Amino acid sequence: MSELFNGLIGGSAAGLMVIVVLGLSALGFYMARSRAMASGGGDRRNLHSLPNYYGWNAAMLTAVPALGVLVIWLLAQPMMIDSAVFKTIPDSAIAEGSSRGLVMSDVRRLADGLDVIVERGVMDAESAATLDANTTDLRATLAAEGVALGSAVEQPVLDAAQMYRTQSSTGRFWMTVLVSAIALLAFVVSLRLATADFRARNVVEKGILALLILSASIAILTTVGIVLSMLFESINFFRLHSWTDFFFGSTWAPNFRGDSDLSILPLLWGTLYISIIALLVAVPIGLFSAIYLSEYAGPKVRSAAKPLLEILAGIPTIVYGLFALLTVGPALVNIFGRGEQGLLGVEWMSGATSVLTAGLVMGIMLIPFVSSLSDDIINAVPQAMRDGSLGLGATHSETIRQVVIPAALPGIVGAILLAASRAIGETMIVVLGAGAIAKISANPLEAMTTITTRIVSQLTGDTNFASPETLVAFALGLTLFVLTLGLNVIALYIVRKYREQYD
Amino acid sequence: MTDMTSDTPHVHGTLLQADARTRKRNAAETRFKFYGILAIAVGLLMLVILLFNIVSRGTGAFTQTFVTLDVALVEDKLDKSGNRNIEEMKKVSTFGYAPLLKAAMTDMVEKTGMEGQISAADMAGILSKGAPAQLRDYVLANPDKVGQQVSFNFLASSRVDGYMKGRVSRESIANDKSISAEQLDFVDKLIEQGILKKKFNLSFITGADASDARPEAAGMGVAMLGSFFMMLVVLVLALPIGVAASIYLEEFAPKNWITDIIEVNISNLAAVPSIVFGILGLAVFINYMHLPTSAPLVGGLVLTLMTLPTIIISTRASLKAVPPSIRDAALGVGASKMQSVFHHVLPLAAPGILTGTIIGLAQALGETAPLLLIGMVGFIASNPPDGIASGLLAPNSAMPAQIYEWAKRADPAFYERAWGGIIILLVFLLAMNTIAVILRRRFERRW
Repeated sequence: MSELFNGLIGGSAAGLMVIVVLGLSALGFYMARSRAMASGGGDRRNLHSLPNYYGWNAAMLTAVPALGVLVIWLLAQPMMIDSAVFKTIPDSAIAEGSSRGLVMSDVRRLADGLDVIVERGVMDAESAATLDANTTDLRATLAAEGVALGSAVEQPVLDAAQMYRTQSSTGRFWMTVLVSAIALLAFVVSLRLATADFRARNVVEKGILALLILSASIAILTTVGIVLSMLFESINFFRLHSWTDFFFGSTWAPNFRGDSDLSILPLLWGTLYISIIALLVAVPIGLFSAIYLSEYAGPKVRSAAKPLLEILAGIPTIVYGLFALLTVGPALVNIFGRGEQGLLGVEWMSGATSVLTAGLVMGIMLIPFVSSLSDDIINAVPQAMRDGSLGLGATHSETIRQVVIPAALPGIVGAILLAASRAIGETMIVVLGAGAIAKISANPLEAMTTITTRIVSQLTGDTNFASPETLVAFALGLTLFVLTLGLNVIALYIVRKYREQYD
Repeated sequence: MTDMTSDTPHVHGTLLQADARTRKRNAAETRFKFYGILAIAVGLLMLVILLFNIVSRGTGAFTQTFVTLDVALVEDKLDKSGNRNIEEMKKVSTFGYAPLLKAAMTDMVEKTGMEGQISAADMAGILSKGAPAQLRDYVLANPDKVGQQVSFNFLASSRVDGYMKGRVSRESIANDKSISAEQLDFVDKLIEQGILKKKFNLSFITGADASDARPEAAGMGVAMLGSFFMMLVVLVLALPIGVAASIYLEEFAPKNWITDIIEVNISNLAAVPSIVFGILGLAVFINYMHLPTSAPLVGGLVLTLMTLPTIIISTRASLKAVPPSIRDAALGVGASKMQSVFHHVLPLAAPGILTGTIIGLAQALGETAPLLLIGMVGFIASNPPDGIASGLLAPNSAMPAQIYEWAKRADPAFYERAWGGIIILLVFLLAMNTIAVILRRRFERRW
């Protein structure tokens, strides 16, 4: 069990601390409760709050601040040590074509590797701390234990790694001291507080409220995390690569030896092209389904067809991806490709991946999005408007076309925008179905690539977080985030405005 | 109006006989209705095609071709010293076991009196490349069987399996180095003898992934465990945090701009593309916090952040559905606001919360894109984790990531596995959604 916590929180010290603090807090619960009962003369009617509240007060006071400090420490320590060690790496240790960040990741890996071999008993702690890069082949020693290093270890890197290790262990030591001190202090204070007059319930409820607020703010933290993590790496990217080329260039040709053309335009074109085809499939089918279900269908048809259509929304996107790659793609090749053997006898399409393949399948995926959102919106149009139109002698379809749809139009536009944002951010269908060639072309039977596919391909496999070829993924991610966020905000605004109109 | 003043009076239809204009309008009506039916029919047709496609191409993965063979475990090849010392027997590598298979094949051919001559190596070539390893594992586990003749069920190679399932034909293997037409003739004879058979393949469901060369041995089991541990993390983190956040927003939050920001934030987070959460996970959990790559723990954390908005939205809806009279009654008998929420409102909202959580989990289970970025693809998840700690921290795959991995491999034999994996994944999703629906039907109260 303690092994679990080790890995969970990084380092045995932290794992042990969590167990100790939780144990202390449980002890606090029982001790505080019995102390409060004792001070009330054993009769709970003499207490201000129910006895358990005294216990909870002690338990929360002991655990929450100590664990909070622990978490903050664990988050801050790597950053502090990184920046300290970062400065000590001499310029001479940075090889040609490498960068400080790259050396730093070597240092980290070496330090972790040394910890591993000490832990497994390959080397004792003392000799690990006094290694000499010139006399020991560390790379081979570490490789034997499954830790792969990028290059042979040089003395400055080893020095930095040793510094990293000492600082880490000092950090762990002080963390243990601080956290146990806080927990013990809180434990003693909370026990002293547990007397009959203490307003335990009020304090506990305030504490719980604070925890509830903390949980609610995790949503904000996530957004901040998304924006900051992508922003920092994007800034790094724009230091290495000109932003004019990224936004206005016309070719995408990453080259891992450097000097790449990294322009978003061909990717943006592929993304938009596929999304447009998807919407051309999804909007007519989805909209007509919604109209039929809300205006014509009886309750029986409605209760059968609606959930069935919504199954399409519940199917994971990897399934659609496979469907595109292995079923729709080859079927399209049969129609538009293979020359004489094909259905049309033409040779327009060579591979299964194409804009049309991905677009069609994504369209199928989006049908339920469009239909269920439009369905809600059409249902929100007041019945009086339909009755008025029918009363004047219009047929059902005329009422729908000339009264219901115009009234629902803003909401439907909102629904379509939401579907478009889905299409732009969709990954698995385009990774498997769209292809990997970045180009700006109007032929829907050609393979093209999208923003999301390039994010996947730049961030999987061998990544080097100091090269523009990897960092560009963050700039792409940020663009994608801004694009979808913009669409969502506009769509939600339109839908909300629309709802207010008829409420 | 013009009709009235014109010289020739307009001929109106009667109730019994529609005029041209009415007929036109009625035709338009019928057409419009037909478009609606057509749209729904197309949507449902797509669903049927998709499901049919999955079932027809995936069920093959659950059966596999096996060859039943009696192998003589020759003592002087496997245990020269004859003292059954495991350490010494381990020195015989899998290469040392290959000749036994060839010998077994030759024996079998002699016994059954088959005609047609192919070499012993070619005969053994119809077996999976993993067959010698299977033999070795058995011998090392049962050293006392050395010297006896034991009957084994070996997996046939993926080409033979494909031949049995109609994926491989004599024409398609013209340029194939791993199997020849003569070998297929031999396979035909083995089928006649009942030695080579298609059977249910449990190891597809329970087994581990296998390397590119052995599609016939690849299984989903280890990836399933990876998914299981990820869902564990999601459940443990997303449920309490999501419920706490919803309680605050629904019951305690004052109406001010901070609350507004949080609410707008949550509804926007629900629409952020999943790959962005993958980028967040890579940047924060792996690059910054140095959590291990490919670990289900990291996958679980990323999916937690992704599922939180779903859980919060559904929890808030079910909290809202509890009528205010319940709260008023609790407050009226002297409960504090906190007590009224935790003792009365929350238990009543629990079925709705649970339903929302299960649906959120089902969404997380099928999500692939963020997992690609935190490295849960591109390697062979070969060993099942041996405990909770390694389950969370050792590199593993997940069901959708495993399907993606198979879809990317060049050998079509893996495509069948990918479709089969999809069937397993969909069965899980179906089960979760059914549970959610039952929970809702059974426990949801309407006031």
